[in-house]
Amino acid sequence: MSVWLAASPVLVPLATTLVTALAHRHPRLQRILSLAGIVAFFGTALALVTAVHGGETLVIAFGNWPAPFGIEFRLDRLSASLVLITALMGLACLVFHESDADPGNRHPLLLPQVHGVLAGVAGAFATADLFNLYVWFEVMLIAALGVFAIGGRRDQLDASFKYLTLNLFGTLLLLIGVGAIHAATGHLNYGALAEAVGGLPPALTTLLLAVLGLAFLVKAGAFPLFAWLPASYHTLPGPILALFAGLLTKVGAYAVLRLLGDVFAPPPMVLLEALGWIATATMLIGVLGAAYHWDIRRILAFHIISQIGYILLATALAGEAGNAATLFYTWHHIVVKANLFLIGAIIWRLTGSYDLRRIGGLWQARPWLGVLFAIPALSLIGIPPLSGFWAKYLVLFEAIGQGRIVWTVVALLVSVLTLYSMTKIWLEAFWRPHPEADWTAPRDARLAPAIAATVGLATITLWIGTQPEALIAYARAAAATLGGAAP
Amino acid sequence: MNPRLVILDVVARPLYVVILLASLVVLLRGHNEPGGGFIAGLVAVSASVLWALAHGPAAAEARLPFRSPLILSAVGVALGAIAGLPALLLGDAFLTHLWGAIPLGFTEIEVSTVLVFDVGVYLCVWGALAGYALSLLEADLEAPAKDSPEARR
Repeated sequence: MSVWLAASPVLVPLATTLVTALAHRHPRLQRILSLAGIVAFFGTALALVTAVHGGETLVIAFGNWPAPFGIEFRLDRLSASLVLITALMGLACLVFHESDADPGNRHPLLLPQVHGVLAGVAGAFATADLFNLYVWFEVMLIAALGVFAIGGRRDQLDASFKYLTLNLFGTLLLLIGVGAIHAATGHLNYGALAEAVGGLPPALTTLLLAVLGLAFLVKAGAFPLFAWLPASYHTLPGPILALFAGLLTKVGAYAVLRLLGDVFAPPPMVLLEALGWIATATMLIGVLGAAYHWDIRRILAFHIISQIGYILLATALAGEAGNAATLFYTWHHIVVKANLFLIGAIIWRLTGSYDLRRIGGLWQARPWLGVLFAIPALSLIGIPPLSGFWAKYLVLFEAIGQGRIVWTVVALLVSVLTLYSMTKIWLEAFWRPHPEADWTAPRDARLAPAIAATVGLATITLWIGTQPEALIAYARAAAATLGGAAP
Repeated sequence: MNPRLVILDVVARPLYVVILLASLVVLLRGHNEPGGGFIAGLVAVSASVLWALAHGPAAAEARLPFRSPLILSAVGVALGAIAGLPALLLGDAFLTHLWGAIPLGFTEIEVSTVLVFDVGVYLCVWGALAGYALSLLEADLEAPAKDSPEARR
């Protein structure tokens, strides 16, 4: 039974990819299969978290080839919780996709490829093998590229090309890093690597980890390697954009955490120091980039980068507290970020544009949407009692505790600038009257699934904000078993 | 496609069968010798491309099993996944392979889940790469080549 469960993070989404591909000539059937698949994925992910919650680790060695030679999936609390949130985001975004808020081109291969992306993301979270991690990154890249290219509009192909070239750079770097680590240690399995790395000269370890870390930072969209993200994301349909924005960069951030906080813990100090400064620059550049833009999607895309900075900062603080803060921040961020993009798609449906200069008047027409927007927006800034407050509190408390005053001050400054961006969206889209005087919100919008998805995510944000103890305890327990500590 | 090439047209028919038979040989010998699903799939793609050159991409697509590269590769992936399932039912890890033999009196046929997996790889590679190749040939047909008489005019 536990063998089935440990393989489920990729088996379920891959099976869904398969059946939806086979049903590509029957759109209705395909959508039903897709929703059934994501519900099944959510169910198995819940079972997974329940199984590892007490501290056990679920392991499957594919083909019964024993570690360190075979490929293992190893699900601890960290991996299982991230698989669960992957399934949750898939569920929210696919339900949202049933509405008519920016669904994009309903191409027969869209849904199979979206489930392919989910399989890649969940596989990367579940695997305990460095080369296999590379393979899941590749699955994610190829499936995502297919989604980008669907439709074939000029700007979509432009985005696909930029996404492909810049991500291939990261992928090649990752492959070089994996190859070099295998050459130096003879292992790829996480557990075997953790044992073997002690025998290496410290300078070599630093070099190897720097190459690997850099590759993961490209995938995470960290400064100065984030150019692919704002260049491509705004061409996606709303719900798919929300899914990608929530999940893809976080896989890179997870890989950095797994690398520096677990497999090679404690890493060389110089790498943590460098990561901290990269994180600080990422926060600042991301939020400044957002201030410049007027398209809701571009503003939010730059905020992804800025928030990745906070996650990396928590990883750079290291130790149990830093790792727990990384995990908590990642959960909070995925939910809030995806929800903001989804609400952006509702705004598009009601006003007809993502450009803040062309829209307005929503507070008069749809006050509930303003409240719905305010929940994730205020949470992103870090206003208590929402989830973002606790996430930032955990990170900054640890930063101050370690005497990192510059990092703390920049992080606080970035919060203020985030407030500026969110206020801009609020003032332009909600408060200001619509530029066309005779504009009225469309009455025929089919928004019920969209509202269900966004209200669900907002409820999770509120729940984390008011009841953070359970999740903080879970994150601390997850962090306590990382880095070779007793399982 | 250009004016019909009679020789290619005539030769394509027997060659198509021969290439596919060769790909099956490569697939089956891959069990113990060089070969296997991936290479056999590539050989099979060459048969589809040959047919496309002789009779056009649409005709080549109609000759594929299931008449669709997408369904062909999806069936391949499904076979690969199914090959891993018997082990799960026995309580072993996914993709743990099982071997058996069917006695026929005078000889035995060896069967294994590995073979099922390999056939899956074969169909998947055939479907996916034939799909790419055929749609590229189709794109080539739609847009006249730069040095073709139509483009020069």
